[in-house]
Amino acid sequence: MIQDAATAPIDLRDERLVRGLLARLRGGDTGQLPVVAGLLIICVIFQSLNGSFLSSANLVNLATECAAVGIISLGIVLVLLVGEIDLSVGSMSGLASAILGVGLTRYGWPLPVTLLVALAAGAVVGVVYGAIFVRFGVPSFVITLAGLLALLGMQLQLLGANGSINIPFSSGIVRFTQQSFVVRPLSYVLMAVVAGAYLVAQLARIRRRRTHGLSTGSPLVPVAKAGALLVALQAGCWYLNQDRGVSAPFVLLVGLVVALHIALTRTRWGRSVYAVGGSVEAARRAGIRVDRVYLSVFLLCGLLAALGGLLSAGRLATASISSGVGDTNLNAIAAAVIGGTSLFGGRGGAYSALLGIVVIQSISSGLTLLNLASSTRFMITGGVLMVAVIVDSLSRRSRAAHGRA
Amino acid sequence: MAENLLRLRGVSKTFGPVRALDNVSLDLNAGEVLALLGDNGAGKSTLVKILAGVHAPDAGSIMFRNVPVTIASPAAARALGIATVYQDLALCDNLDVVANLFLGREQARVLLSEEAMERQAWTLLRQLSAKIPSVRIPVASLSGGQRQTVAIARSLVGEPAVVILDEPTAALGVAQTAEVLGLIRRLRDRGHGVLLITHNMSDMQQVADRAVVLRLGRNNGVFDVARTTHEQIVAAITGATTEPATVRTATAPRATATEE
Repeated sequence: MIQDAATAPIDLRDERLVRGLLARLRGGDTGQLPVVAGLLIICVIFQSLNGSFLSSANLVNLATECAAVGIISLGIVLVLLVGEIDLSVGSMSGLASAILGVGLTRYGWPLPVTLLVALAAGAVVGVVYGAIFVRFGVPSFVITLAGLLALLGMQLQLLGANGSINIPFSSGIVRFTQQSFVVRPLSYVLMAVVAGAYLVAQLARIRRRRTHGLSTGSPLVPVAKAGALLVALQAGCWYLNQDRGVSAPFVLLVGLVVALHIALTRTRWGRSVYAVGGSVEAARRAGIRVDRVYLSVFLLCGLLAALGGLLSAGRLATASISSGVGDTNLNAIAAAVIGGTSLFGGRGGAYSALLGIVVIQSISSGLTLLNLASSTRFMITGGVLMVAVIVDSLSRRSRAAHGRA
Repeated sequence: MAENLLRLRGVSKTFGPVRALDNVSLDLNAGEVLALLGDNGAGKSTLVKILAGVHAPDAGSIMFRNVPVTIASPAAARALGIATVYQDLALCDNLDVVANLFLGREQARVLLSEEAMERQAWTLLRQLSAKIPSVRIPVASLSGGQRQTVAIARSLVGEPAVVILDEPTAALGVAQTAEVLGLIRRLRDRGHGVLLITHNMSDMQQVADRAVVLRLGRNNGVFDVARTTHEQIVAAITGATTEPATVRTATAPRATATEE
């Protein structure tokens, strides 16, 4: 359709506009395409090696396993967006699980109180990191590396001599993380509501753009997309319902991802997070209170790390000295980067945590199905992380070459 | 007679042993481009920083729209209606044009009003006849001239009376320089008072109405650009001529005035 300059919407009057997916991809604007492609390859490989990889039972497990580290990874996405890092999320999650165990068993606190104390601890640790960062300007990786040790010490101190506390199976947190699945009829309704909400939001956006004289595209596109989303969600839901169904922690993860996505892309706070990640000096001169942005980001990261720790303790029904040690840290950071959040700040988004953790858990689950030792698993996960970082750097270089850095 | 926007009288600023500005006066009217000229160390940047609220003057008075003011902070300068575009532009490369234009003063109820901001961005850019292909691409994809345009357009978002441009064409090619100079003329036509800091005599002669010359922190002449030759102004900048008014006030022994 050719429109002449006078009647075209105000944003489409320049003939130099580059449109089309292919041109954008060549310019290094890859978005989340590499990780989706990678995920498909992983599925094909593991399914051909072991037929039960894509079975309902395995996918239900996979989704449930994603929740804890996925939520921790969401916090990592936030700190990466402002160009910083938190290396202590593993220890923070371990400390939260220790608080859960000690609070419930030794002090006999009610569950809600214990959860609140653990989450508050995460928030306080985040605020302390943030305060040290903005007050003294110490690089965040040093602060959080120190924090990693200190928090690990607190975790050991809390757990005491035994080094392990069992959380009663009757406890709400254990039941939530191990046995809670969305009731089957409700799950279909939920998926329909999600697709419906997407459609309503998109149509409202088109209406607002039209009232402001901006280009809209066909309203049929969001209708078609919402339809496709509805079919995909219902099919996925049906497939998982063949086994135990959609697990509640996974729904929590997805809910948090969507909430954070909206906060990052549609609020002033989110805009300031990206601005700080892009150029601190520009953000400061624009009147953004840069210190507050850093504080809020570290706070949320600590909070999410604590929440992830609680979920993982509930899932194992135990808090021990090994909670949060080992690969939790690396997996959370790797998931954010694999999902497409740049290590260089200012690029990425909430969805990268979800995509990244699904990739990592798929690899882990596939390798477990093949009865491979964790030694092999570590090496392969390390290799995938390396590929993801190379893709990040390459697309950055390509953006620079095409003037989009 | 156009409205007087800025009137500086006897402004001085000392950094330790260095007198960066000594008894400087300056007038800026609405709808004019005033070039601020001077060699390195003449005090141009110090004067800009005083007007932008970065430094406070040690002595002297500043009148804004004929009212005495003190400019305590960059935010106060902006609130007063003085917008400054620095040489390094201070844009966020990862954000698109709309986000950069409204950075720090986004319109939002709970969620950002993206559509309203996008429309205003287009309206503003059209008024400036700016050539930006899309406001939804990251600023990193724009050329130097387009980035300068975005930075200038951003300074206009709060509808300031005075726009201060610090060496806006320093890093630009021929065509882009012409684009930015056109933009400066349109700022004048819009009724803003433009203070243009520059080294470039050709830029000055193309767009400025008057030129104020600083030399070693002091006033060294005000020139009507249309009626002055290139050589006269160069002479004032380099000190080959010294304005009589400056001689009269220069009774105290001169401190070595180098800037920063």
